[in-house]
Amino acid sequence: MVEKVVTVKNRAGIHARPAGMIVTLANKFESQIFIEKDNDKINAKSIMGLITLGVLCNTPIKISATGPDEQKAVDAIALLIDNRFEE
Amino acid sequence: MGMPKSFTVLDLLDLDLKDHNALQLVCISGRKGLTRSITQPDINRPGLALSGFFEDFNSRRIQLFGNGETSYLKLLSQKNYWDDIEKFFSQQVPCCIFSNAFHPEPKFLEITERHGCPVLVSELNSSDFTVRIIRALDDVFAPQRTIHGVFVEVSGMGVLIRGDSGVGKSEAALELIERGHRLVCDDAVDIRCVSGNTLLGKPVNPALGHHLEVRGIGIINVAQLFGVAAIQYQKEIEMVMELEIWDPQKEYERLGKHDKTTEILGVKLPSMEIPVKPGRNIAIIIETAVMNHRLKKMGIHSSQEFQENVIQWLESENARNVYLRKTKGEPAQ
Repeated sequence: MVEKVVTVKNRAGIHARPAGMIVTLANKFESQIFIEKDNDKINAKSIMGLITLGVLCNTPIKISATGPDEQKAVDAIALLIDNRFEE
Repeated sequence: MGMPKSFTVLDLLDLDLKDHNALQLVCISGRKGLTRSITQPDINRPGLALSGFFEDFNSRRIQLFGNGETSYLKLLSQKNYWDDIEKFFSQQVPCCIFSNAFHPEPKFLEITERHGCPVLVSELNSSDFTVRIIRALDDVFAPQRTIHGVFVEVSGMGVLIRGDSGVGKSEAALELIERGHRLVCDDAVDIRCVSGNTLLGKPVNPALGHHLEVRGIGIINVAQLFGVAAIQYQKEIEMVMELEIWDPQKEYERLGKHDKTTEILGVKLPSMEIPVKPGRNIAIIIETAVMNHRLKKMGIHSSQEFQENVIQWLESENARNVYLRKTKGEPAQ
Protein backbone atom coordinates (compact mmCIF):
# COMPACT_ATOMS: atom_id res chain seq x y z
CA MET A 1 0.00 0.00 0.00
CA VAL A 2 1.18 3.51 -0.84
CA GLU A 3 0.04 6.55 1.11
CA LYS A 4 0.53 10.26 0.70
CA VAL A 5 -0.84 13.27 2.55
CA VAL A 6 -1.54 16.35 0.47
CA THR A 7 -3.23 19.65 1.21
CA VAL A 8 -5.98 20.93 -1.01
CA LYS A 9 -5.00 24.43 -2.08
CA ASN A 10 -7.63 25.61 -4.53
CA ARG A 11 -10.00 28.09 -2.99
CA ALA A 12 -13.32 26.31 -3.41
CA GLY A 13 -12.06 22.95 -2.13
CA ILE A 14 -13.21 19.71 -3.73
CA HIS A 15 -16.52 20.60 -5.32
CA ALA A 16 -18.20 18.87 -8.24
CA ARG A 17 -15.66 19.69 -10.96
CA PRO A 18 -12.48 18.73 -9.06
CA ALA A 19 -14.25 15.62 -7.76
CA GLY A 20 -15.08 14.68 -11.34
CA MET A 21 -11.44 15.15 -12.33
CA ILE A 22 -10.19 12.96 -9.47
CA VAL A 23 -12.69 10.22 -10.26
CA THR A 24 -11.85 10.23 -13.97
CA LEU A 25 -8.16 10.01 -13.15
CA ALA A 26 -8.65 7.34 -10.48
CA ASN A 27 -10.61 5.17 -12.87
CA LYS A 28 -7.59 4.98 -15.17
CA PHE A 29 -5.81 2.89 -12.55
CA GLU A 30 -6.44 -0.69 -11.61
CA SER A 31 -5.59 -0.19 -7.91
CA GLN A 32 -8.10 0.39 -5.14
CA ILE A 33 -7.70 4.07 -4.29
CA PHE A 34 -9.01 5.77 -1.17
CA ILE A 35 -9.12 9.33 0.07
CA GLU A 36 -9.28 9.99 3.78
CA LYS A 37 -10.27 13.10 5.70
CA ASP A 38 -10.49 12.98 9.50
CA ASN A 39 -12.31 9.73 10.19
CA ASP A 40 -13.95 9.43 6.82
CA LYS A 41 -12.43 7.21 4.18
CA ILE A 42 -14.02 7.00 0.79
CA ASN A 43 -13.35 5.35 -2.54
CA ALA A 44 -11.64 7.76 -4.92
CA LYS A 45 -13.52 6.23 -7.83
CA SER A 46 -16.87 7.39 -6.48
CA ILE A 47 -17.92 10.92 -7.29
CA MET A 48 -20.71 11.25 -4.71
CA GLY A 49 -18.40 9.98 -2.00
CA LEU A 50 -15.77 12.56 -2.85
CA ILE A 51 -18.20 15.46 -2.93
CA THR A 52 -19.88 14.47 0.33
CA LEU A 53 -16.48 14.27 2.01
CA GLY A 54 -16.63 18.07 2.04
CA VAL A 55 -12.97 18.92 1.59
CA LEU A 56 -12.34 22.63 2.11
CA CYS A 57 -9.39 24.74 1.11
CA ASN A 58 -6.26 24.04 3.22
CA THR A 59 -7.52 20.67 4.38
CA PRO A 60 -4.96 17.87 4.49
CA ILE A 61 -6.22 14.63 2.96
CA LYS A 62 -4.60 11.23 2.75
CA ILE A 63 -4.49 9.39 -0.56
CA SER A 64 -3.86 5.68 -0.34
CA ALA A 65 -3.81 2.95 -2.95
CA THR A 66 -3.32 -0.81 -3.13
CA GLY A 67 -2.82 -2.73 -6.32
CA PRO A 68 -0.47 -3.22 -9.26
CA ASP A 69 -0.16 0.50 -10.11
CA GLU A 70 -0.48 1.93 -6.59
CA GLN A 71 2.54 4.23 -6.71
CA LYS A 72 1.55 5.75 -10.06
CA ALA A 73 -2.03 6.23 -8.92
CA VAL A 74 -1.11 8.05 -5.71
CA ASP A 75 1.44 10.24 -7.50
CA ALA A 76 -0.96 11.17 -10.28
CA ILE A 77 -3.76 12.17 -7.91
CA ALA A 78 -1.38 14.04 -5.60
CA LEU A 79 -0.08 15.96 -8.61
CA LEU A 80 -3.59 16.85 -9.73
CA ILE A 81 -4.41 18.20 -6.26
CA ASP A 82 -1.08 20.03 -6.01
CA ASN A 83 -1.78 21.70 -9.36
CA ARG A 84 -5.06 23.04 -7.94
CA PHE A 85 -7.06 21.07 -10.49
CA GLU A 86 -5.70 23.33 -13.22
CA GLU A 87 -7.75 26.22 -11.83
CA MET B 1 -13.81 4.45 12.66
CA GLY B 2 -13.34 6.15 15.98
CA MET B 3 -14.56 8.70 18.42
CA PRO B 4 -16.17 11.91 17.24
CA LYS B 5 -13.61 14.68 16.81
CA SER B 6 -14.54 16.80 19.77
CA PHE B 7 -17.98 17.45 21.12
CA THR B 8 -18.38 20.79 22.86
CA VAL B 9 -21.19 22.35 24.86
CA LEU B 10 -21.91 24.48 21.81
CA ASP B 11 -22.38 21.31 19.74
CA LEU B 12 -24.83 20.10 22.38
CA LEU B 13 -26.85 23.29 21.97
CA ASP B 14 -26.64 22.91 18.20
CA LEU B 15 -27.94 19.33 18.09
CA ASP B 16 -30.81 19.30 15.67
CA LEU B 17 -33.28 17.15 17.63
CA LYS B 18 -36.98 17.28 17.03
CA ASP B 19 -40.25 16.51 18.80
CA HIS B 20 -39.83 13.86 21.45
CA ASN B 21 -36.05 14.11 21.17
CA ALA B 22 -35.72 17.87 21.64
CA LEU B 23 -33.68 18.93 24.66
CA GLN B 24 -35.12 22.47 24.72
CA LEU B 25 -31.88 23.96 25.98
CA VAL B 26 -30.92 27.61 26.25
CA CYS B 27 -27.71 29.05 27.58
CA ILE B 28 -28.25 31.73 30.22
CA SER B 29 -24.72 32.32 31.40
CA GLY B 30 -21.04 31.43 31.01
CA ARG B 31 -20.91 31.76 27.23
CA LYS B 32 -17.16 31.85 27.12
CA GLY B 33 -17.17 28.25 28.36
CA LEU B 34 -19.25 26.98 25.45
CA THR B 35 -16.09 25.58 23.87
CA ARG B 36 -15.55 23.19 26.79
CA SER B 37 -15.68 19.68 25.50
CA ILE B 38 -17.99 16.95 26.71
CA THR B 39 -16.05 13.70 26.89
CA GLN B 40 -18.45 11.36 28.62
CA PRO B 41 -21.84 10.28 27.25
CA ASP B 42 -23.45 10.44 30.66
CA ILE B 43 -24.83 12.90 33.19
CA ASN B 44 -24.24 13.35 36.90
CA ARG B 45 -26.65 14.60 39.55
CA PRO B 46 -24.25 16.66 41.68
CA GLY B 47 -26.18 16.11 44.95
CA LEU B 48 -23.50 15.44 47.57
CA ALA B 49 -20.81 17.39 45.73
CA LEU B 50 -22.77 20.61 46.34
CA SER B 51 -22.39 20.06 50.06
CA GLY B 52 -18.64 19.76 49.69
CA PHE B 53 -18.27 15.97 49.46
CA PHE B 54 -16.09 15.42 46.39
CA GLU B 55 -15.05 11.79 46.78
CA ASP B 56 -15.80 9.84 43.57
CA PHE B 57 -17.31 12.97 42.10
CA ASN B 58 -17.69 12.70 38.33
CA SER B 59 -16.54 16.18 37.39
CA ARG B 60 -16.13 15.35 33.71
CA ARG B 61 -19.80 14.64 33.16
CA ILE B 62 -22.56 17.10 32.42
CA GLN B 63 -24.02 18.18 35.79
CA LEU B 64 -27.80 18.09 35.97
CA PHE B 65 -29.49 20.20 38.63
CA GLY B 66 -32.98 18.87 39.37
CA ASN B 67 -35.46 19.66 42.12
CA GLY B 68 -33.28 18.33 44.90
CA GLU B 69 -30.29 20.40 43.88
CA THR B 70 -32.27 23.59 43.33
CA SER B 71 -33.91 23.28 46.79
CA TYR B 72 -30.46 22.91 48.29
CA LEU B 73 -29.26 25.99 46.38
CA LYS B 74 -32.16 27.95 47.86
CA LEU B 75 -31.05 26.88 51.34
CA LEU B 76 -27.47 27.97 50.60
CA SER B 77 -28.77 31.28 49.37
CA GLN B 78 -30.68 31.87 52.62
CA LYS B 79 -27.49 31.16 54.57
CA ASN B 80 -25.46 33.11 52.02
CA TYR B 81 -22.87 30.33 52.10
CA TRP B 82 -21.15 29.76 48.74
CA ASP B 83 -17.76 28.15 49.55
CA ASP B 84 -18.75 24.66 48.41
CA ILE B 85 -20.23 26.02 45.18
CA GLU B 86 -16.95 27.80 44.51
CA LYS B 87 -15.10 24.52 45.07
CA PHE B 88 -17.59 22.73 42.85
CA PHE B 89 -17.00 25.01 39.87
CA SER B 90 -13.25 25.08 40.30
CA GLN B 91 -13.40 21.41 39.19
CA GLN B 92 -13.89 22.40 35.55
CA VAL B 93 -17.19 20.61 34.95
CA PRO B 94 -18.14 20.76 31.24
CA CYS B 95 -21.44 22.53 31.95
CA CYS B 96 -24.37 22.54 34.33
CA ILE B 97 -27.96 22.16 33.26
CA PHE B 98 -31.07 23.11 35.21
CA SER B 99 -34.27 21.22 34.50
CA ASN B 100 -37.85 22.48 35.04
CA ALA B 101 -36.89 25.86 33.52
CA PHE B 102 -35.33 26.82 36.85
CA HIS B 103 -33.26 30.00 36.72
CA PRO B 104 -30.60 30.11 39.43
CA GLU B 105 -30.07 33.35 41.32
CA PRO B 106 -27.55 36.06 40.35
CA LYS B 107 -24.95 35.09 42.98
CA PHE B 108 -24.79 31.54 41.57
CA LEU B 109 -24.48 32.86 38.02
CA GLU B 110 -21.72 35.22 39.09
CA ILE B 111 -19.72 32.22 40.36
CA THR B 112 -20.28 30.18 37.19
CA GLU B 113 -19.43 33.18 35.03
CA ARG B 114 -16.18 33.69 36.94
CA HIS B 115 -15.23 30.02 36.44
CA GLY B 116 -16.29 30.12 32.79
CA CYS B 117 -18.81 27.33 33.22
CA PRO B 118 -21.81 27.45 30.88
CA VAL B 119 -25.23 27.31 32.56
CA LEU B 120 -28.00 25.82 30.46
CA VAL B 121 -31.68 25.67 31.25
CA SER B 122 -34.20 23.19 29.92
CA GLU B 123 -37.97 23.30 30.21
CA LEU B 124 -38.18 19.56 30.60
CA ASN B 125 -38.37 17.83 33.95
CA SER B 126 -35.32 15.89 35.11
CA SER B 127 -36.45 12.40 34.21
CA ASP B 128 -37.56 13.31 30.67
CA PHE B 129 -34.42 15.34 30.18
CA THR B 130 -32.20 12.49 31.40
CA VAL B 131 -33.76 10.01 29.00
CA ARG B 132 -33.41 12.39 26.06
CA ILE B 133 -29.89 13.54 26.72
CA ILE B 134 -28.60 10.00 27.29
CA ARG B 135 -30.17 9.00 23.98
CA ALA B 136 -28.69 12.01 22.20
CA LEU B 137 -25.22 11.53 23.70
CA ASP B 138 -25.28 7.80 22.93
CA ASP B 139 -25.84 8.73 19.32
CA VAL B 140 -23.04 11.30 19.33
CA PHE B 141 -20.55 8.99 21.00
CA ALA B 142 -21.54 5.87 19.05
CA PRO B 143 -18.69 4.22 17.10
CA GLN B 144 -18.86 5.59 13.58
CA ARG B 145 -17.52 4.61 10.17
CA THR B 146 -18.02 5.76 6.62
CA ILE B 147 -18.51 2.94 4.18
CA HIS B 148 -18.50 2.91 0.40
CA GLY B 149 -21.78 1.57 -0.86
CA VAL B 150 -25.37 2.34 -1.67
CA PHE B 151 -27.91 2.12 1.09
CA VAL B 152 -31.52 1.36 0.20
CA GLU B 153 -34.67 0.33 2.00
CA VAL B 154 -36.25 -2.67 0.35
CA SER B 155 -39.71 -3.68 1.58
CA GLY B 156 -38.97 -1.99 4.89
CA MET B 157 -35.58 -3.62 5.36
CA GLY B 158 -32.33 -1.66 5.25
CA VAL B 159 -30.01 -3.17 2.66
CA LEU B 160 -26.44 -2.04 2.17
CA ILE B 161 -25.22 -2.72 -1.36
CA ARG B 162 -21.44 -2.93 -1.54
CA GLY B 163 -19.00 -3.70 -4.31
CA ASP B 164 -16.24 -2.21 -6.41
CA SER B 165 -16.74 1.03 -8.19
CA GLY B 166 -18.50 0.49 -11.50
CA VAL B 167 -20.03 -2.88 -10.62
CA GLY B 168 -23.55 -1.46 -10.86
CA LYS B 169 -24.60 -0.52 -7.33
CA SER B 170 -26.21 2.76 -8.30
CA GLU B 171 -27.98 1.16 -11.26
CA ALA B 172 -29.37 -1.57 -9.01
CA ALA B 173 -30.53 1.13 -6.57
CA LEU B 174 -32.17 3.06 -9.39
CA GLU B 175 -34.16 0.04 -10.45
CA LEU B 176 -35.14 -0.68 -6.85
CA ILE B 177 -36.42 2.89 -6.55
CA GLU B 178 -38.38 2.40 -9.77
CA ARG B 179 -39.91 -0.68 -8.20
CA GLY B 180 -41.17 1.34 -5.23
CA HIS B 181 -38.32 1.00 -2.75
CA ARG B 182 -36.36 3.82 -1.15
CA LEU B 183 -32.94 5.38 -1.34
CA VAL B 184 -31.18 6.33 1.89
CA CYS B 185 -27.89 7.38 0.34
CA ASP B 186 -25.47 6.77 -2.49
CA ASP B 187 -21.73 6.11 -2.33
CA ALA B 188 -20.80 7.23 1.18
CA VAL B 189 -22.81 5.81 4.06
CA ASP B 190 -22.31 7.13 7.57
CA ILE B 191 -22.73 4.14 9.87
CA ARG B 192 -23.17 4.33 13.63
CA CYS B 193 -23.37 1.48 16.06
CA VAL B 194 -25.96 2.23 18.72
CA SER B 195 -26.46 0.21 21.89
CA GLY B 196 -23.79 -2.21 20.70
CA ASN B 197 -25.95 -4.26 18.36
CA THR B 198 -27.76 -1.95 15.97
CA LEU B 199 -26.24 -0.25 12.94
CA LEU B 200 -27.84 2.95 11.72
CA GLY B 201 -26.98 4.24 8.28
CA LYS B 202 -27.54 7.71 6.90
CA PRO B 203 -26.02 10.12 4.38
CA VAL B 204 -22.63 11.56 5.38
CA ASN B 205 -23.94 14.98 4.51
CA PRO B 206 -27.74 15.31 4.82
CA ALA B 207 -27.67 18.43 2.63
CA LEU B 208 -26.25 16.42 -0.26
CA GLY B 209 -28.14 13.21 0.39
CA HIS B 210 -30.60 11.53 -1.92
CA HIS B 211 -28.62 12.18 -5.04
CA LEU B 212 -27.53 9.28 -7.18
CA GLU B 213 -24.75 9.15 -9.70
CA VAL B 214 -25.57 7.08 -12.76
CA ARG B 215 -22.89 6.51 -15.39
CA GLY B 216 -23.91 8.21 -18.58
CA ILE B 217 -26.50 10.51 -17.01
CA GLY B 218 -24.62 12.15 -14.18
CA ILE B 219 -25.97 13.16 -10.81
CA ILE B 220 -29.73 12.93 -10.38
CA ASN B 221 -31.95 14.13 -7.54
CA VAL B 222 -34.00 11.14 -6.48
CA ALA B 223 -36.38 13.11 -4.25
CA GLN B 224 -37.36 15.41 -7.09
CA LEU B 225 -37.48 12.76 -9.80
CA PHE B 226 -39.37 10.08 -7.90
CA GLY B 227 -41.00 12.03 -5.08
CA VAL B 228 -40.47 12.01 -1.34
CA ALA B 229 -41.86 8.50 -1.08
CA ALA B 230 -38.66 7.31 -2.77
CA ILE B 231 -36.33 8.54 -0.06
CA GLN B 232 -35.62 7.77 3.56
CA TYR B 233 -33.48 9.80 5.94
CA GLN B 234 -32.07 7.12 8.20
CA LYS B 235 -32.49 3.40 8.49
CA GLU B 236 -31.21 0.41 10.42
CA ILE B 237 -28.87 -1.76 8.33
CA GLU B 238 -30.19 -5.29 8.39
CA MET B 239 -28.53 -6.94 5.42
CA VAL B 240 -25.46 -6.62 3.23
CA MET B 241 -25.30 -7.46 -0.47
CA GLU B 242 -21.85 -7.75 -1.97
CA LEU B 243 -21.96 -7.26 -5.73
CA GLU B 244 -19.05 -8.57 -7.75
CA ILE B 245 -18.29 -9.27 -11.37
CA TRP B 246 -19.12 -12.92 -12.11
CA ASP B 247 -15.97 -14.98 -11.64
CA PRO B 248 -16.29 -18.29 -13.50
CA GLN B 249 -13.64 -19.82 -11.23
CA LYS B 250 -15.55 -19.05 -8.09
CA GLU B 251 -18.21 -21.19 -6.44
CA TYR B 252 -21.36 -19.24 -5.65
CA GLU B 253 -24.09 -20.30 -3.27
CA ARG B 254 -26.45 -22.67 -5.05
CA LEU B 255 -28.67 -24.08 -2.34
CA GLY B 256 -28.78 -21.23 0.16
CA LYS B 257 -28.10 -23.50 3.11
CA HIS B 258 -25.19 -21.53 4.49
CA ASP B 259 -25.92 -18.25 6.21
CA LYS B 260 -22.97 -15.91 5.64
CA THR B 261 -22.33 -12.84 7.74
CA THR B 262 -20.34 -9.63 7.39
CA GLU B 263 -19.02 -7.72 10.36
CA ILE B 264 -19.32 -3.93 10.53
CA LEU B 265 -18.30 -2.09 13.72
CA GLY B 266 -18.44 -5.39 15.57
CA VAL B 267 -22.01 -6.19 14.53
CA LYS B 268 -22.61 -9.29 12.44
CA LEU B 269 -25.07 -8.85 9.59
CA PRO B 270 -26.45 -11.48 7.23
CA SER B 271 -24.74 -11.03 3.89
CA MET B 272 -24.86 -12.40 0.40
CA GLU B 273 -22.46 -12.42 -2.52
CA ILE B 274 -24.25 -11.61 -5.72
CA PRO B 275 -22.38 -12.19 -8.97
CA VAL B 276 -23.13 -9.63 -11.64
CA LYS B 277 -23.22 -10.41 -15.33
CA PRO B 278 -25.29 -9.22 -18.27
CA GLY B 279 -28.78 -10.65 -18.15
CA ARG B 280 -28.97 -10.94 -14.38
CA ASN B 281 -31.40 -8.42 -12.99
CA ILE B 282 -29.73 -7.40 -9.75
CA ALA B 283 -32.66 -5.39 -8.42
CA ILE B 284 -35.00 -8.38 -8.60
CA ILE B 285 -32.37 -10.65 -7.08
CA ILE B 286 -31.94 -8.21 -4.17
CA GLU B 287 -35.68 -7.93 -3.74
CA THR B 288 -36.05 -11.71 -3.67
CA ALA B 289 -33.16 -12.09 -1.24
CA VAL B 290 -34.82 -9.62 1.11
CA MET B 291 -38.15 -11.43 0.93
CA ASN B 292 -36.40 -14.73 1.53
CA HIS B 293 -34.61 -13.26 4.53
CA ARG B 294 -37.91 -12.03 5.92
CA LEU B 295 -39.36 -15.51 5.51
CA LYS B 296 -36.39 -16.92 7.40
CA LYS B 297 -36.95 -14.45 10.21
CA MET B 298 -40.55 -15.64 10.37
CA GLY B 299 -39.24 -19.19 10.78
CA ILE B 300 -39.70 -20.40 7.21
CA HIS B 301 -36.39 -21.50 5.75
CA SER B 302 -37.11 -22.34 2.10
CA SER B 303 -33.83 -24.06 1.41
CA GLN B 304 -33.94 -26.20 4.56
CA GLU B 305 -37.56 -27.15 4.01
CA PHE B 306 -36.77 -28.14 0.46
CA GLN B 307 -33.96 -30.34 1.70
CA GLU B 308 -36.22 -31.96 4.31
CA ASN B 309 -38.89 -32.62 1.69
CA VAL B 310 -36.34 -34.24 -0.59
CA ILE B 311 -35.19 -36.54 2.20
CA GLN B 312 -38.75 -37.42 3.15
CA TRP B 313 -39.62 -38.17 -0.43
CA LEU B 314 -36.53 -40.33 -0.94
CA GLU B 315 -37.32 -42.27 2.22
CA SER B 316 -40.91 -42.93 1.26
CA GLU B 317 -39.86 -43.87 -2.25
CA ASN B 318 -37.33 -46.26 -0.76
CA ALA B 319 -39.96 -47.82 1.48
CA ARG B 320 -42.28 -48.23 -1.47
CA ASN B 321 -39.61 -50.00 -3.48
CA VAL B 322 -38.88 -52.37 -0.62
CA TYR B 323 -42.60 -53.15 -0.33
CA LEU B 324 -42.95 -53.72 -4.09
CA ARG B 325 -39.99 -56.07 -4.12
CA LYS B 326 -41.45 -58.05 -1.19
CA THR B 327 -44.83 -58.48 -2.80
CA LYS B 328 -43.18 -59.66 -6.03
CA GLY B 329 -41.25 -62.21 -3.99
CA GLU B 330 -37.85 -60.69 -4.73
CA PRO B 331 -35.26 -60.66 -1.98
CA ALA B 332 -35.20 -57.36 -0.10
CA GLN B 333 -31.96 -55.45 -0.22
